[in-house]
Amino acid sequence: MKKEYVYKAFERFWHWAQAALIIFLGVTGFEIHGSIRFFGFDQAVRYHNVAAISFIILIVFAIFWHLTTGEWRQYMPTWKNLRAQAEYYVFGIFRNAPHPTRKTVLSKLNPLQKLVYAGLKVLVIPVMVVSGLLYMFYRYPQHNEILSLNIGSLEVIAVLHTIGAFLLVSFFIAHLYLGTTGRTVTSNLKAMITGYEELEEDSVDNKAQPVSHEPVLTK
Amino acid sequence: MHSTHWNWERTEYVEGKGIRAIGKRNVLNNFCIGISGNQQSCNRCHIGYGYADASFNFNDSLNVDCLACHDNSATYLKAIGGAGLPDSSVNLSFVAQHVGKPQRTNCGTCHFFGGGGNNVKHGDLEMSMFDPSRDVDVHMASEGSDMQCVDCHSAQKHQMLGKMYSVSSMNRGRVECEHCHSAMPHTDDVLNDHTLKVACQTCHIPTYAKVNPTKLFWDWSTAGRLRNGEPFEEKDSAGTDVYMSIKGSFVWGKNIKPDYIWFNGTASHYLVGDTLDPSRPLQLNVLYGSYDDPDAKIYPVKIHRAKQIYDTQYRYLIQPKTVSTKPGDGGYWAEFNWDRAAEEGMKQVNLPYSGHYGFVQTEMYWPVNHMVSPKSQAVQCGECHTRENGRLANLSGFYLPGRNYNPWVEFLGVGLLVLTLAATVVHGSVRFLMNRKRKGSN
Ligand code: HEM
Repeated sequence: MKKEYVYKAFERFWHWAQAALIIFLGVTGFEIHGSIRFFGFDQAVRYHNVAAISFIILIVFAIFWHLTTGEWRQYMPTWKNLRAQAEYYVFGIFRNAPHPTRKTVLSKLNPLQKLVYAGLKVLVIPVMVVSGLLYMFYRYPQHNEILSLNIGSLEVIAVLHTIGAFLLVSFFIAHLYLGTTGRTVTSNLKAMITGYEELEEDSVDNKAQPVSHEPVLTK
Repeated sequence: MHSTHWNWERTEYVEGKGIRAIGKRNVLNNFCIGISGNQQSCNRCHIGYGYADASFNFNDSLNVDCLACHDNSATYLKAIGGAGLPDSSVNLSFVAQHVGKPQRTNCGTCHFFGGGGNNVKHGDLEMSMFDPSRDVDVHMASEGSDMQCVDCHSAQKHQMLGKMYSVSSMNRGRVECEHCHSAMPHTDDVLNDHTLKVACQTCHIPTYAKVNPTKLFWDWSTAGRLRNGEPFEEKDSAGTDVYMSIKGSFVWGKNIKPDYIWFNGTASHYLVGDTLDPSRPLQLNVLYGSYDDPDAKIYPVKIHRAKQIYDTQYRYLIQPKTVSTKPGDGGYWAEFNWDRAAEEGMKQVNLPYSGHYGFVQTEMYWPVNHMVSPKSQAVQCGECHTRENGRLANLSGFYLPGRNYNPWVEFLGVGLLVLTLAATVVHGSVRFLMNRKRKGSN
């Protein structure tokens, strides 16, 4: 075991800001949707719109960060170990079997995470942003008679947005739970707060992984 | 001489019927029904002298009653049953020395009492509007902007802006809030977005008939009961007529939330002689519009329902003679005989009466435009954007956030959440138990 600097400052900020915004967008969004009562419809709309703009700004910075640091490669989905990872959650985890994927600084996501996060990034979040923006600005093409951009009905937009919202909330639930399946129940949480995490030094499965060049703290 | 106030009709294109001259002269309503045969009484509100029957000369300018609108002394009065002639009590030379632009009193004397009493017809035009408080009408309140009717209903050559869809059909000559306010007058963009599909009135007139009740239902079929051979009237505890032998029974309402419709400014009308289907309510005026119509917006309306007389054989509405000016003329209000009233009334409109009558349900749609509330009292978002009992619950054909949802997405989405939650709870519990067992066995 050695303590490594896994999550950089921006990454942690991005994670927690995104978490807060998605929770807040979820609460206000489902109030708009009519599922819950909390702020009152008018306030929910106001807050949802402000949070949505903040979220978009955060996304812009996050994209910039991922591209410039090359961290986006972490999310490339892979078949390798996908099955083993799934089997681990269904069987191995109960027998205290080792994690099938070794977490390293340069490969901190397991294959299931890669798949799900990539899906969120290229599918769900873009759908939410685009449908959300159309929801926000649907009036303008029609009012200015740009007929080719005219949105006849909000229904399709709203339904897409709602599907995405359900997916995000269920992701959120699963994410909270799976966060407890690290080396210890709270090790993932601590890592995302402090940036540091105790990682295994070597593993049979991941010989190919390059060794980290990050500053290393040993316990 | 070309004004609608004078002619009581204008040439309009009526959807499905072509170009017709329509107006109070020949359109039927579901209040006092129609003026034909009843001019002596109804035409007290005509701006003429002596429009007592169809032979009235509309080309003689000496027949025009200027004072009805231009008296500023508030003492001018037309005689009851006088077909528009002034009441004998009026000091005409005094009135003539006090003429000017029409005031609320001039307009209100007729427009607040249409249908035979205060607030019977409109619901948003009634006595309290002579001097309303701000809560009743922000525009006309003397402690507010103190506007007169003609400030919005401006006129060129006596052709006034604004008209009522009880008698008109075309989208022209309307008074629009946007004549003074802008099309996007709110500081909040989300509110401004609404003006594409929602008329100002919809949010800014939360209720009508704020001070005095308005008539919502008029059942002519119960008319004609007599006590000791005499007609009688019954009032409710608030002093409102609920039964009159001459007119039947009424339901009134106060502080009413409007009904809402899609409306593009065009309407169609039941015209005298049109056949009807007695198995369902007959809409005397149909206001057109739908979500998909780019010219249509959601408007508030008062719906007045009635049961009124029709010819069961010819299947058209009957214009009854109600007013009686001399014995034996068939006027229902003296003889209480529907057959005679129908026979005499139908002669006036040149249509045969079969001798068989019944009562059919009718509806009229009256857009609500007055009694605009202060903005603090405007309809709140959640009153429409809600799943249950929202103000717009009856409007269909479009997606209203907060009211609508796709049932499949809802089912699958909630199902997904429940499954995810269940999976984590089960998975977590098994993990916990296995862990404990392992620790125990170690
Ligand atoms: C950049 C991202 C987003 C934008 C631009 C956006 C924008 C909007 C807009 C404009 C509305 C319509 C109501 C209103 O006028 O405020 C809306 C509704 C909604 N939003 Fe978002 N939103 C975003 C992200 C999210 C997220 C992350 C969630 C959930 C986790 C969410 C959940 C919802 C829900 C459930 C509704 C109600 C849909 C309906 O019932 O029609 N939104 N959003």
